[in-house]
Amino acid sequence: MATIQMPQSQKKPATVQKEDAMLLQKEMINRNYHELATAHETGRKVSATFVPGNLNELLMCFDFARSLPETNALQNGMRKKSGKMIMDAERDGHSEDVCTYVKADLGMMLQGEVGPTGEKLPRPDVLLLSYTGCFTFMKWFELVRQKYDCETVMLHVPYQGDGHISPNMREYVVKQLKEKVIPTLERVSGVKFDIDRLRQYMRESTKAEEDLVAVLHSAKNRPSPIDGYFGGVYYIGPIFTAFRGAPEATEYYRVLRAEIEERVRAKKGPVTPEGELEDEKYRLVVEGPPNWTHFRDFWKMFYEEGAVVVASTYSKVGGVYDFGFRHDPDHPLESLAEYCLGCYTNLNFPQRIDMICRYLDEYQADGLLINSIKSCNSFSAGQLLMLREVEKRTGKPAAFIESDLVDPRYFSAANIKNRLESYFQMIKQKRAAAGAAVH
Amino acid sequence: MKLTDIVARCEHLFEDLDFNAVKEWKAAQPGRMAIGYMPIYVPREIIHAAGMLPVGIYGGGDQIEVIQGDAYYQSYICRIPRSTVELGLTGRLDCLDGMLFPSICDVIRNLSGMWQLMFKDKYVHYVDVPQNYDDSIGGEFYAHEMQQVREDLAKLRGKPITDDELRAAIAVYNDNRAAIAELYAYRAQAPWQAPTSEVYLVLRAGLVLPPEAHTQLVRDYLAAVKAEQRPKKDNARVVLTGAFCEQPPLSLIKSIEMAGCYVVDDDFVLVSRWLREPVPTDGDPLTALSKAFLHHSVQSSPKYDERREDKGKFLLHQVKTRGAEGVIFAAPSFCDPALLERPMLQEVLAKHKVPYTAFKYAENTGQMAPIREQAGTFADSIKLWSAA
Ligand code: SF4
Ligand code: SF4
Repeated sequence: MATIQMPQSQKKPATVQKEDAMLLQKEMINRNYHELATAHETGRKVSATFVPGNLNELLMCFDFARSLPETNALQNGMRKKSGKMIMDAERDGHSEDVCTYVKADLGMMLQGEVGPTGEKLPRPDVLLLSYTGCFTFMKWFELVRQKYDCETVMLHVPYQGDGHISPNMREYVVKQLKEKVIPTLERVSGVKFDIDRLRQYMRESTKAEEDLVAVLHSAKNRPSPIDGYFGGVYYIGPIFTAFRGAPEATEYYRVLRAEIEERVRAKKGPVTPEGELEDEKYRLVVEGPPNWTHFRDFWKMFYEEGAVVVASTYSKVGGVYDFGFRHDPDHPLESLAEYCLGCYTNLNFPQRIDMICRYLDEYQADGLLINSIKSCNSFSAGQLLMLREVEKRTGKPAAFIESDLVDPRYFSAANIKNRLESYFQMIKQKRAAAGAAVH
Repeated sequence: MKLTDIVARCEHLFEDLDFNAVKEWKAAQPGRMAIGYMPIYVPREIIHAAGMLPVGIYGGGDQIEVIQGDAYYQSYICRIPRSTVELGLTGRLDCLDGMLFPSICDVIRNLSGMWQLMFKDKYVHYVDVPQNYDDSIGGEFYAHEMQQVREDLAKLRGKPITDDELRAAIAVYNDNRAAIAELYAYRAQAPWQAPTSEVYLVLRAGLVLPPEAHTQLVRDYLAAVKAEQRPKKDNARVVLTGAFCEQPPLSLIKSIEMAGCYVVDDDFVLVSRWLREPVPTDGDPLTALSKAFLHHSVQSSPKYDERREDKGKFLLHQVKTRGAEGVIFAAPSFCDPALLERPMLQEVLAKHKVPYTAFKYAENTGQMAPIREQAGTFADSIKLWSAA
């Protein structure tokens, strides 16, 4: 669901290391788009897959150039191109009711497949339909297949309905990998599968995962040196997309971690597009994806008020690492299965609520904010119950706002700003009341 | 039984959102249990084998006022989960000892977890089904999933469910499916005799009656309609598709018929027609159910189509075998599975020169005039088309 380029701070970057991490990510993303654009010229095959449950290490074993349609959609959203794409797809017969990521992708195809960086994106040679945590994925790739007749391979990842991963679920995924996914990828790419190569990539993944978790955990400090949502979407970029398992991603996370640890030592707040946030007033946990079409404006509503997001569920859609899961080179296929099964939107409702409550506690947050996304039933259906449950269990205030991912028609800045302002007021009052009770 | 009595009985069962039929069934013998399930498909054979009553919960229709349920859902989510929550919170589902939430979409999937939180004392389970159709992969996974349900229900009733009990249940449902297949074939042949507004009610009765009683009811209805002579109209023959989860109000079905369409096939209450072939009653019963799912179940949006050329095959088959002249896409508003599938099916129909029209509804849609008008125009255009 995410990889975006870090905003250039309008103030001078605080450290050289930060500059390094930012540049590294930017380079990686641009290079990837260029690789995609030139893949067919250079004789490379192209794969497309989704962020939740993406099998990047495996795809790398077959030398695919790797495209992630959700990322293309969000990049187009940030560049304000998605609105037209969505309308084009609607004119082409797609319902106004369905997920706008799908329509942004289909609309982009209708407009000639020009990618977010202006280079033409190639038609994928294989669609790896990792059906993880979202029903829409299945229809999305069926729609793409219908249009372009791409080879499609399904990886069905069962849902954690009972709140755990059973051996049956794990075996089912492993079997599909062995008997369906790998043979198809071999055939399409012409490259023979080498499990040691997979293990090697996974070793890289593990290092990157360690460092990412350290970065995410750094938000437990006061002040938090990062924003775990608006900043978080940058931090998860490489690992959730075409780079997990690649040495450059490992390097990115090493540099990023060093940078963040330096900020912790210096007791610095997070970097925002307008420089460092110096006065942390509110610590929030956020549930739900962000809006991309007005990302900066949305973020501004937080940092202007001194609000920092210390933990978010969205930064777990492409893998939940902060409770201990790591890719395991000694059990490569089993661990790919565990990874897919454990992605955030593949967790059941009680698990999601437990996770949020845990964040509120461990990150000493003031409350929960839900950004409910019109497009996304996977995230959104049931969030109002989530809100009540979390309030009931933690006693901390929760608030609800609504927007959409990449459809600019559903971002009402005034409404959201109002809502947020009254939410911050509410937190303040709660604090005052608690303070009064102590004294 | 007289036709009017049968239809009146079905209508009564359909309207009774207090599920008195379920309560009566339970009261007839101490210790009886009932298990609810939502669309689209659960292997009801396992529930029946446990001696329990499977009860289909298809939302509140246009008959209940949703007050509490609306507080659980944003405006851009379909109606069925909110009316189902309403049914639950108003105690109407207290007669159920458990609920099964099948794999159909993210809304019902999430509702399974919400139900776990809201009704803590009840058995709640999400029933996953395979999207891989190899016996040794998806088949085994699914057999295990069913085994889980079997063990859960065995625990509820306090003794294991035997293979023989499962085989007997399979036979009962084979019979039920055969009766419904006969009804559907008859309706396609003589839709003026068995209008969909009645067939639908007969089908819905199967959600609350024990299968044996329902099979009898279907056969009684068939016998009764065959004994009548109803006027034949010059209507257009259509397949209605997209209504596999949240149901349109009955008045909408009537409106379509009144507008000049005979519905000769549909995807209402698919659970009763999901398996298209009789399930073998010998051998391992769960393997038999699993194979039936993999190889003989209907095609519907919540299921993955392995190959591009398979898209729309089932719909085309419905059109051809039922002699339909057009297709009505009727989907619930905000229904991702139905609405994402629609353009793909429309493309297939266009390729085969099958005319279609499309609209959205909600289970509590009140305004029928636009739909009647659209269906009427569609019927007229089909007639013009075939006259040309
Ligand atoms: S429904 Fe949600 S998770 Fe699924 S593709 Fe759309 S935005 Fe992504
Ligand atoms: S109507 Fe559609 S979206 Fe709503 S619960 Fe049913 S299948 Fe899901």
